[in-house]
Amino acid sequence: MLVAIGRMAYGPTGADRALAVDFGFGVFISSIAVLAVRLDAPAATDLVLAATLLGFLGTVALAQLVERSPP
Amino acid sequence: MTAVVGHGLVVVGAGLVGAAAVGLLRLPDLYHRASAVAKAAALGVCLVLAGCAVLNPRPVTVVTLLVAIAAQLVTAPISGYSVGRAGYRSGAPLAPDTHRGDRT
Repeated sequence: MLVAIGRMAYGPTGADRALAVDFGFGVFISSIAVLAVRLDAPAATDLVLAATLLGFLGTVALAQLVERSPP
Repeated sequence: MTAVVGHGLVVVGAGLVGAAAVGLLRLPDLYHRASAVAKAAALGVCLVLAGCAVLNPRPVTVVTLLVAIAAQLVTAPISGYSVGRAGYRSGAPLAPDTHRGDRT
């Protein structure tokens, strides 16, 4: 997660930042899933499913935004 | 037995996500980094979710996690491709030792 935030802050291009968003969502999803098992909270797995789709949509939207912006 | 399998899956998935983090930090190029995230991180997340489904074998949890794994497997290549295309069209620089071959 720290690596993702660092790449998001430093990233030479905008596409690097979109990539860091994708990776950060991956780490977030994994930690929520492990936490759901650890705390025995099955409601949190719905959060995993929602965060998966949200991360995909956010990454694609950011990539389109980077693509349309002038370099 | 299921505990061993589940914990093994979670540990292997976390190792893959860590490898993707190292790649995101160290690789020289946007395209290398996109490749690391699109393959290693997606597979690592899928393994962690599968391990959680093995560790908590209630039907609701297992079905939700299976749908999440399927969504991850479908959407990870698309987002990797879209990031790579955005970088290429916005002129992300290549690594200096990129070999272009004969076609330029």
